[in-house]
Amino acid sequence: MKGWVFGLLIAFSLLMLLNLVVVLLMVKGVGIWGINIPVGWGFAIVNFVWWIGIGHAGTLISAILLLLRQQWRTSINRFAEAMTLFAVACAGMFPLLHMGRPWLFFWLTPYPNSMYLWPQFRSPLVWDVFAVSTYLTVSLLFWYVGLIPDLATLRDKTAKPILQKIYGVFALGWRGSAVHWTRYETASLLLAGLATPLVVSVHTVVSFDFSVGQVAGWHTTIFPPYFVAGAIYSGFAMVLTLAIPIRKYYGLEGYITMRHLNNMAKVMLATGLIVAYGYVFEFFMAFYSGNQYDRFAIINRLHGPYAPFYYALWVCNIFIPQLLWSKKIRENTFILFIISVIVNLGMWLERFVIVVISLHRDFLPSSWRMYYPTRWDWATYLGTLGLFFTLLYLFLRVLPAISMSEMRVLVVETDPKRKH
Amino acid sequence: MPQIFSRTANILSKASIAAVGLLVVVLGGVLWAVMMSPYYTNVNITREQPVPFSHKHHAGELGIDCRYCHTSVEKSSFAGVPPTQTCMTCHSQIWTNAPMLEPVRASYRDNKSLSWTRVNALPDYVYFNHSIHVAKGVGCTTCHGPIAQMPLTYKANTLYMGWCLDCHRQPEKYLRPKSEVFNPNYVPPANQTELGAQLVKDYKIIPLQERQSCSTCHR
Repeated sequence: MKGWVFGLLIAFSLLMLLNLVVVLLMVKGVGIWGINIPVGWGFAIVNFVWWIGIGHAGTLISAILLLLRQQWRTSINRFAEAMTLFAVACAGMFPLLHMGRPWLFFWLTPYPNSMYLWPQFRSPLVWDVFAVSTYLTVSLLFWYVGLIPDLATLRDKTAKPILQKIYGVFALGWRGSAVHWTRYETASLLLAGLATPLVVSVHTVVSFDFSVGQVAGWHTTIFPPYFVAGAIYSGFAMVLTLAIPIRKYYGLEGYITMRHLNNMAKVMLATGLIVAYGYVFEFFMAFYSGNQYDRFAIINRLHGPYAPFYYALWVCNIFIPQLLWSKKIRENTFILFIISVIVNLGMWLERFVIVVISLHRDFLPSSWRMYYPTRWDWATYLGTLGLFFTLLYLFLRVLPAISMSEMRVLVVETDPKRKH
Repeated sequence: MPQIFSRTANILSKASIAAVGLLVVVLGGVLWAVMMSPYYTNVNITREQPVPFSHKHHAGELGIDCRYCHTSVEKSSFAGVPPTQTCMTCHSQIWTNAPMLEPVRASYRDNKSLSWTRVNALPDYVYFNHSIHVAKGVGCTTCHGPIAQMPLTYKANTLYMGWCLDCHRQPEKYLRPKSEVFNPNYVPPANQTELGAQLVKDYKIIPLQERQSCSTCHR
């Protein structure tokens, strides 16, 4: 409890920092950030892609692993889904704030208006709006539907009338009858079916934001698969970053077992290798294509002013995670935690490399310019971290972080003494 | 354990599902209605002016050509608001003592412009040009409404972008022969669509893509 209050306090202070930044941004405009021409995207888009990628592990765990009947997902799916929701909430802030006039965000949606105007459907930025809002809706529904039986349990267990009412409203009159359970199962499967394509489609569309453009370093066909793999990679890294402390401080070793950590580390290793393949092929294609701009983009990564970021990216994302080949390391929670944090950092660097290094030296040397984040860039980023962790702390307190109903089923089904 | 909710909760929960849908529709309808209402657009609302100038009298009954006062309409983006001197070309001779015209005479005496209240105004990010519209067969009354019947001037159209685009997308619905552009009493003929289509060709109106491209008006 003390630790929880302390953690929430830090997260909440950062959330207040976000409030401050947003107010300042509304008053002064995006000029408080370090963005310029040619680097018009900067931290806002780096962080957007980073956050949205993190969400993907939650969807993968809850949807695809449900369809594949991977029972080990049961104890991690609830908070992985919550993580998805909170990460999408953080991600969504950035493009909105980056618009400069966030109160006109609805211009991005097609609705009958006095301008007789539709959004530009040929623009990937509009696809992004649909991809992310669909993702948020489906994730929210999936998470909520999964929560219904547990909310009913909470309603029945609590003695306070006000809590009974609140949990009762959200439990939608769940009585746990056989009819309820059949409908629940059907709804979960349907939602899993809806969410499955989203694991692939959302980050594919995000990668289109770049690859449909002509900037050297962006305009490649490998972007969609390599972005999706990167998203799952960073997502699992974030699940591990959260799961390891949670299981330790809440004594959940019996639920989130070594097998879970081991499996997640393996997924991280596999997706990390796909990402490495992507990096190698960016290299190869730059030289094989013979395109001088593509070639320059790679040389600029290696020798340009931001080269240290590129080398750090390789170390964080490719070299250090190779330690996960060893079972000993996969089962050492401390080292695994450190590696997962490093991968999170590495994936952030990847987005920095893609956004900033490609933009800061584009086709015309006369327009080349350096990008330096201001303290408000950092404050916005830290602020969304605050939002994420505030939501997470509240979630851990108010809702069951591990699905109780699924756990009950699992305990019965895997009981060795059970016969039939 | 007693029941947490009463029986009516069943009905309420089902009704609330319908209510959410209804709320979205109703809210959308109300917003649209407000946006299209004169309260928001000022359409059909006369504005207070320093002198109650009547277009009905001058342009309708007396038949003074629009360009007598709005001199730059054929050459410039701005149609032009006449200087007091233009008023005085006639009013130094007639109605010289009318109390209603005292502000005009005062303006002439003190060499200080009358400050009219603008009735039709576009936002600054729209580069509207009167001369091209007049030159391509868009009549004054097409946008400014039945000016020859307005005792006091009011805005006749919303001037929303959708309203602009309605004509930019289908100019044949509105174009008239150049000789009729300044006729405030023009009535479109029965064969407007055919005539309009012919005029689009004759006047070499730019193609649709250019007419509705963003940068045509927002430069």
